[in-house]
Amino acid sequence: MIVKEFLQLRRDRYARFLLIVPPIVQMLIYGYAATFEVNHVQIAVIDFDHSQESRDLLSRFAFTGRFEVAKILANEQELKSLIGRSDIPIALKIEPGFAELLRKGQTAHLQVIVDGTNSNTALIAVGYVNQIANQFSQDYARYRLNQQTPAMATTVPQISLEQRPWYNPDLNSQWFFVPGVIGSITLILVVNLTAFAIVREREIGTLEQVMVTPIRPFELILGKTIPFFIVGLADVVLVAVVGTLWFQVPFRGNVLVLLLGVVLFLLSTLGVGLLISTLSSTQQQAFASSFFFLNPAFTLSGFAFPITSMPKAMRIITYADPLRYFLIILRGTFLKGVGLEVLWPQMLALALLTSVLLLVSVARFRKTLD
Amino acid sequence: MNLRRTAAMSRKEFTQILRDPRSLVIAVFLPLIQILLLGYGARLDANHIPVYVLDQEGSQSSQALLKAFQASPYFDVINAVNNYHALVRAIDADQCKLGIVIPWNFSERLDDAGRTSVQALVDGTDNNSAQLAEGYAQVVVATYARNVQLDWFARHGLSQQATSPLSVDYRTWFNEDLESKNFMIPATVALVMALMGALLSSLTIAREWERGTMEQLISTPVTALEIMVGKLVPYLFVGLIDAVLCVVFAVGWFAVPFRGSLGAFFFITTLFLVVILGIGYMISVATRSQLGASQYALLVTLLPTTMLSGFAFPIDQMPAPIRAFTYIVYSRYYVTALKRIFLSGAAINDLIPEIVALTIYAVVIGFFATRAFRKNLQ
Repeated sequence: MIVKEFLQLRRDRYARFLLIVPPIVQMLIYGYAATFEVNHVQIAVIDFDHSQESRDLLSRFAFTGRFEVAKILANEQELKSLIGRSDIPIALKIEPGFAELLRKGQTAHLQVIVDGTNSNTALIAVGYVNQIANQFSQDYARYRLNQQTPAMATTVPQISLEQRPWYNPDLNSQWFFVPGVIGSITLILVVNLTAFAIVREREIGTLEQVMVTPIRPFELILGKTIPFFIVGLADVVLVAVVGTLWFQVPFRGNVLVLLLGVVLFLLSTLGVGLLISTLSSTQQQAFASSFFFLNPAFTLSGFAFPITSMPKAMRIITYADPLRYFLIILRGTFLKGVGLEVLWPQMLALALLTSVLLLVSVARFRKTLD
Repeated sequence: MNLRRTAAMSRKEFTQILRDPRSLVIAVFLPLIQILLLGYGARLDANHIPVYVLDQEGSQSSQALLKAFQASPYFDVINAVNNYHALVRAIDADQCKLGIVIPWNFSERLDDAGRTSVQALVDGTDNNSAQLAEGYAQVVVATYARNVQLDWFARHGLSQQATSPLSVDYRTWFNEDLESKNFMIPATVALVMALMGALLSSLTIAREWERGTMEQLISTPVTALEIMVGKLVPYLFVGLIDAVLCVVFAVGWFAVPFRGSLGAFFFITTLFLVVILGIGYMISVATRSQLGASQYALLVTLLPTTMLSGFAFPIDQMPAPIRAFTYIVYSRYYVTALKRIFLSGAAINDLIPEIVALTIYAVVIGFFATRAFRKNLQ
């Protein structure tokens, strides 16, 4: 039975193609395209003051590497049309009299015009603007104090925030996404394969032929699912190796812990695939149902969108998503290097979810056979 | 092309859609569920970031700083621990994303040397949330530091120094409150359109091959072009109905502003649907099997639309080769157009480059699809 299933996979041109090429292509595309980093943001500047102070402030933006001064403008009209056409996301404007206000000890203004369309990039960029402006403000205050009462200048209280990003010190997007891609590729692949293979047999009518042989339902299910389990495992290894070597993502944890997570997760995807196959009688339905499951499973897993930012009702639904637990296990073992002492709740939840899925789907599958 | 034959073909396809209640359900409910799920689920804003604090000093000023964190809408201080080890464990176990450590000599150093620091341990795994959290934490500490300075100036009779040298005035355009839903939901409309178009059209031809009815069709005098147009027109209607549903939900339910012209929206949506239906059709002509057709359809529609269209990941941050590649991703033009129609109030004449690109795509796809079909018949 297992041998037959393998032979079929090998013979099917599409299947063979689907097992190797898309996972690798997806890994590469996701790895490169999925980035939330904000670097080299193009800015336009418009300086009506032309003073040493205004130039000092503006040059600080070019120095950070976060911003690139792409355009130096002469009038407001240009600025409005640049931002209006979404050509440039951020513009800085300094009014005349900037330096004078500073020298008089009053508050000078830096105007920042932000294209908020992509709010995420805008928010991160605004964070950088704040840091630069804050530093400028502090420096100038000290300079001012130093000129008037030099004795006091060194004792102005200052509080700084030392930031230590753990696990991913450079806040590299690829380190975040590559482990996640392993999980999502596996999910899509195994669920689709399992659901389609069984539904196709039913559509073609070969499932009935198998049933008249003396094979027992349980053997039939095992025979049907073991090949997909092995294929899934092979794909996890393939994608994980390509991803970690190509993108140089560290693996800090224990391979055996990861393996346990992989096995549990694969079993749950087999359960989902079987369940879908019992719910659909045609391939088109199987396609629609697997899509109905896969898309939410992906969106709600925390793959790209943080679960903590979702509304409460959505957050509760995420607990029924096997990918959610697997992603924590993947990122835990890859980046954090933690073991079972930390990941046991995820393993337990995944094991429970898997058992429920398998029990329900096997029960339903047997019923459809009778 | 004979209009009467094409219309007959369309009528047949329409009847087929209407008779199959399941495909109707797919056509209406799938987009609704998608837009609800993505509308609520696909958000990038970092609010209520879980925070653990470790106050090694326990003084009045350290408590005041922690209160400032508590008061910020971006942070939820959920626990105070009393040793470093507990904090490390909490970050390891994903219980918090940010750990604030106030050292035991926090105020002492502030009074003696005038300089002190607070530590922020950030879980960098999710680099985007980490970056947002860092930005917000900076603001909290900077505001607190500012108040301490003002106090100090007042106490030392230097009130004239208290004015801040620089203030930053922000003017945010198009998405004034910087909410991620306002740019994710218009892009979701593109995703739903891409999916529906590909899903519906990729299966139509493959189904006829598998059931053997294609031979019957071929023996009639309809031409390849007529079959294609006839088959796709009904789906174009379904797609446009879905588009209306999406906009109604985006605006009515999620309160996303719609500032542009409806005419521009329907024009560019129709163009996009023609492209995506053509692609689906081409796939189903080429593969002849429903399994193959559906898998390829997913591969050429869903993946590029989610990853390479600017849907969630900003194109200008991608490496140059990938950025160049996005120019041949048709959804890129549609996603750009939608965001601009919804948020910046673009009209048709603001979207000329996008319209030209999609038109070229539609013509090329139409040409290849009819050719592939003819070849397949021989």
